[in-house]
Amino acid sequence: MVRPVVELDREGIDRLIAQLGDSGFTVIAPTLSDGTISHGPISSSQDLPVGWTEVQDAGTYRLTRREDDALFGYAVGPHSWKRFLHPPEVVVWQGDGGMTPLDLAPPPRYAFFGVRPCEMAAISIQDKVFLDSGFSDDVYRSRRTDAFIVEVECYEPGGTCFCASMGTGPGAVEGADLVVSEILDDEHRFVVRAGSDAGEEVLAALGAAEAETDVIAAAEQVVADAAARMGRTLDTDGLRAALTAQAQSERWDEIAARCLTCANCTMACPTCFCAGIDDSLSLDGAVATRTRRWDSCFGLEFSYIHGGSLRTSAASRYRQWITHKLSTWWDQFGSSGCVGCGRCITWCPVGIDITAEATAMLAEARSEEAS
Amino acid sequence: MATATELSIPQLLDPMPCVVRAVNRETHDTITLEVEPAEPYHFEPGQITMVYKHGVGEIPISISSDPDRHDRISQTVRGVGAVSKAIIASHPGDVLGIRGPFGVGWPIDQAEGGDVAIIGGGIGLAPLRSIVYRVLNRRDRFGAVVILVGARTPKDIVFAEELREWGSRFDIDVNVTVDTADRGWHGPVGVVTNMIPRAPWDSSKVTAFVCGPEVMMRFTARALREDDVPMDKVYVTMERNMQCGVGLCGHCQWGSHFVCREGPVFRYDTVAELFRIRGV
Repeated sequence: MVRPVVELDREGIDRLIAQLGDSGFTVIAPTLSDGTISHGPISSSQDLPVGWTEVQDAGTYRLTRREDDALFGYAVGPHSWKRFLHPPEVVVWQGDGGMTPLDLAPPPRYAFFGVRPCEMAAISIQDKVFLDSGFSDDVYRSRRTDAFIVEVECYEPGGTCFCASMGTGPGAVEGADLVVSEILDDEHRFVVRAGSDAGEEVLAALGAAEAETDVIAAAEQVVADAAARMGRTLDTDGLRAALTAQAQSERWDEIAARCLTCANCTMACPTCFCAGIDDSLSLDGAVATRTRRWDSCFGLEFSYIHGGSLRTSAASRYRQWITHKLSTWWDQFGSSGCVGCGRCITWCPVGIDITAEATAMLAEARSEEAS
Repeated sequence: MATATELSIPQLLDPMPCVVRAVNRETHDTITLEVEPAEPYHFEPGQITMVYKHGVGEIPISISSDPDRHDRISQTVRGVGAVSKAIIASHPGDVLGIRGPFGVGWPIDQAEGGDVAIIGGGIGLAPLRSIVYRVLNRRDRFGAVVILVGARTPKDIVFAEELREWGSRFDIDVNVTVDTADRGWHGPVGVVTNMIPRAPWDSSKVTAFVCGPEVMMRFTARALREDDVPMDKVYVTMERNMQCGVGLCGHCQWGSHFVCREGPVFRYDTVAELFRIRGV
């Protein structure tokens, strides 16, 4: 099926944002917040980080000005969209002593504006985890089902980006309702493609002109250029088997000597889904509340069974995380758990680099195989 | 964007109210609760439930009762943490929440036509007790049925009365050993694996169901291998931190397995490698 492709100027982007708001969506997009580019509600393109970009490296993140008025001239910030679909803290059950459940508030209807291809890939991965693994998670489903996704292709990859290695960018990946490409040559324009029926309806209501082939070609060129400017790369050939094969490697201890087990990487990761349940009780003892909170395999409590934790060493916890992400995720969900967004590298306080550690393990496995 | 479907009731996380009908003390720290579920309950031996105490918390507990009985479930609980201690303090009439059953149970039907070995360490006997009931309900389908139990001391033997009862039958062989005996103990002393070489089963026809601490299961598998029992006829059940029961919370991961969903029962040869990795 050929979906419509239109060209918009910045005023057109504003009309698109307004139209989504008028349709009852809470429009969430990248915004300047706390010295980072993080997601927040917007009502026009003016609320986006216009003319801003960032410098990212292992353990480093700094906002800087651009020389233009680009709307999307940056990579990804510390937070991913999982905050909205798989909230860091959510009441999953509330009931009285007879276990009669009380009504919970219905979730908001979101339009995500400015989802990067790696983030779109991450959402598809979490869809698989929460909706397609034999059980469906109602918290996730209730937020995900009605969400409208506007994906934005990347032209300014960050210093820790490696989506090109993971096959998750910088060009759009499947799953969005609309895909936006920003073109910053002599004329500031946007190519917008519909990716779903809902996206088509929104474009039809917008009444924009069809995009000319040369503009579409310009948008494609921008993405192709970006693929060559990734801050990091990762050779994934044989990586899945290498990580499980190296389970007893002494290298894990070497990494653990640097790792603070602070869990930043798992919080920043757009696919990490682990969560724990906390129980609390109202002061009169009548109403019990079960709250789901993000949890991390870097915590000692995470593997706790009576008598103690099973993963007591930092080495075993780092091994669990990276092995799950790049190896056992394949067994569980048929894909890698890593989309190459680079957040775990940028937001690691000691700058541990997943691409460097995985590459070292792969080299170790290859040399053991050769000998 | 998909169309809206019904929203916001996390049914997977809704505990089913169950009324405690009997509390049987097994040992100084372990009790068996008999609860009456709100609706007829079906489970397979070896499956797990999440047991919820109002406002205190929820823990994974295997079911220890007769799988062919649907109006009562027994949960055998050792009081070791805040939640398990609150659960074992329950009285008849109290309400507990139960979610599940979750996971994969013991493949008892695969033992049909052959011998059955049921090998438990300590409270590991709890999920094995359901096998005994199932096998006794269909006794004619099985050959020799051998129960081997190891406990730390005579005071730590769970289901002691039933073990005596089963031991007095001519169609089951029950053997109990303790690590440390006391003055009243007349049975064998030592680890449960010591009893394997003398166990009256046919190694080529036996299916073994093993539950206990990981180290006990590993050594039991080794002793069974030395007894010429094929490793694809040995099943173990794993204990991990479980919070959701359906593989969504991530805590129970063991290698690529979600123990709550793909386990807790595993065929030994499929997981033998993982037993060798510390902290996996």
